[in-house]
Amino acid sequence: MRPLTRRRTTHRADPAPSRLAYRMHRLALTPAVRKGFTFGVPILALAVMAGLTFADPERRGAVTAWVDDIKAQIQSREEFMVRLMAVDGASETVSQAIRDTLKVGFPVSSFDLDLPAMQDTVTSLPAVKEASLRIRPGGILDIRVVEREPAFVWRNSDGLRLIDAAGHAVETAEARTDRADLPLLSGIGADAAAPEAVELIKAAAPILPRLRGLVRIGERRWDVVLSDGQKIRLPETRAVSALEQVLAVDEAQDLFARDVVLVDMRTPRRPTVRIAPQAATDLRQVKMTELGDD
Amino acid sequence: MFDLYQSQRAMRAMRQTAMQRGVVAILDVGTSKIACLILRFDPTPMPTEGVGPMAGHSAFRIIGAATTRSRGVRFGEIDAMHETERAIRTAVQGAQKMAQVRVDHVIAAVSGGGPRSYGLAGQIALSGQQVADRDVAEVLSACEMPNIGEGREVLHAQPVNFALDHRSGMNDPRGQVGDILACDMHMLTVDSHVIANLIHCIKRCDLELAGLASGAYVSGIASLLEDEQELGAACIDMGGGATGLSIFWRKHLIYADAVAMGGAQVTSDISKGLQVSLATAERMKTLHGGVVATSMDDRDMIELGGESGDWDHDRRTVSRAELIGIMRPRVEEILEEIRARLDAAVFEALPSQQIVLTGGGSQIPGLDTLAPRILGQQVRIGRPVRVAGLPEKATGAAFASAVGLCLFAANPQDEWWDFDIQPERHGARSLRRAMRWFKENW
Repeated sequence: MRPLTRRRTTHRADPAPSRLAYRMHRLALTPAVRKGFTFGVPILALAVMAGLTFADPERRGAVTAWVDDIKAQIQSREEFMVRLMAVDGASETVSQAIRDTLKVGFPVSSFDLDLPAMQDTVTSLPAVKEASLRIRPGGILDIRVVEREPAFVWRNSDGLRLIDAAGHAVETAEARTDRADLPLLSGIGADAAAPEAVELIKAAAPILPRLRGLVRIGERRWDVVLSDGQKIRLPETRAVSALEQVLAVDEAQDLFARDVVLVDMRTPRRPTVRIAPQAATDLRQVKMTELGDD
Repeated sequence: MFDLYQSQRAMRAMRQTAMQRGVVAILDVGTSKIACLILRFDPTPMPTEGVGPMAGHSAFRIIGAATTRSRGVRFGEIDAMHETERAIRTAVQGAQKMAQVRVDHVIAAVSGGGPRSYGLAGQIALSGQQVADRDVAEVLSACEMPNIGEGREVLHAQPVNFALDHRSGMNDPRGQVGDILACDMHMLTVDSHVIANLIHCIKRCDLELAGLASGAYVSGIASLLEDEQELGAACIDMGGGATGLSIFWRKHLIYADAVAMGGAQVTSDISKGLQVSLATAERMKTLHGGVVATSMDDRDMIELGGESGDWDHDRRTVSRAELIGIMRPRVEEILEEIRARLDAAVFEALPSQQIVLTGGGSQIPGLDTLAPRILGQQVRIGRPVRVAGLPEKATGAAFASAVGLCLFAANPQDEWWDFDIQPERHGARSLRRAMRWFKENW
């Protein structure tokens, strides 16, 4: 009789992965391969896409131009524009000099201003002691300047020059009478010893009306020159105390009212006074008549 | 002997590598199913709520498990290499897929191969010195090697007892002082061709063998409680093609054996007795099988079914009592065979004679009333201990040896080849002896 049901004629083997499938599965589970597929392949694909896109120089230029355009648009916004420069704490001439030196063409974007370099430029001006720059809200470049105060008039071979208490040159002067209020210095290296000169001027307060100036001798010591050609030679060290010593004698004995030409304090333990030749002759005459001997 | 030492050392080194990598696979090649579990070893065990680490096996977690029907395996031995390799591939790939990790090292169990147990004894003279590692290795090497026969391979060689002078029952004699150090060693041998076939199959799957264990032994580790192992107990692993027997005492395996009969024989009996196909017989066995018949079973009729096309043949029915009548003699035969092996091993001399039935065959209904009649009163049906991450479907008695292999992988027993034998020690020893002779005589 023919079977009514379908018969399984062939024995079907149990399913099993083939050797190749098994090996591929194991390979896929290897940590390095897994990591490569998770990260390596996408990164590689992105890199290839980017590389192909930018291989064309025209497209590269277009992207660069687009980036520059965006950048310029942002930088030239009203919020970033600087329209004014305000200089505080400087005299008219110095302020003009700062404006001439910086040469900023307003209006300008604050991104184009290099404030540290501008500060260096301003500070390098001789009349400027220190400067601080900032961009104030409202588009104002605010420069605050502290000027050097001229303390002396220094006469040297080049002419007259104003220097401050630290010895830095401030500006040149046309004539001594322009700044008659400042004491006069002369001699080579006087500017380097300006701080000491300040002290000497302070100590010489009692004879200030008669003081003509200080002379730097040999870049090592000072001479104090008074009116009528009287001179005080000061030592290299402890010059201020030597001057005070001389002034004390002057106060007690009225030294400079006499016919004294020179007070030599170079050796502090042996002060020497030179009197005028006529007075010396007279003094000898007086001594001869009174004592009968020299 | 030395080859064995070297190959087992190499396998231990492989196991160390696997532990360092943190992932190892467990392969239980049985007659009815092939199970593959993937373990991940945690360097620091996670603190668990409630039950803390039990017997040190919380240090690993099962991250992948797969089971497949076994092909080409008979009596726990590989019969058709190609089919077995395909089945192993299926199981390993399934477990890898679940774990999402690649495994390179595998620990396998051998359930067939006619295991034979040997008890060895050895002793050395110590002359009042402290026992060092070297002495332990020496006394293990001093055990007299019995003639294990041609074509046999040593699977386990575990020291089970150390004795120092008159004191016996030591687990670790190191550091103690004595004159004579003696040891007892349990050695298990199996057929070398069975092992060679298994190793070849595993190699063909691109896996490295990191350990081999006896199936009966690892079932015992998984199913016996700790105090049962201490007091003396036997574990009977009723598998598909072979029934394994392992006897534990003082937490050591002291005897292992196997009977080459199992569930497959029961199935073939049903197939022959009822004239049905093997698949139908297997289904009837698992759904309706039993070993104790009641009057209810006479009225419980089972349709045999069939696809022969012969209407009368395909419409046969059989009562459940008849099915039980076919199954029971075979199960009795297996248990009686086990009883004979237990008697041969002098099991009744142990302080406790607990018998634990495990394996797929232990799930036959009514076995808990049949087994005590043959094996004695202290019989229980056991299940393997729970391990972390094991899927629910793999927690049954049929997975006793797979779970036992996990425990074996996590805490292996010291074997003879774990101790370094030093070839030059004889020279140093004779020199010492000469020095002593000089001191005593001059």
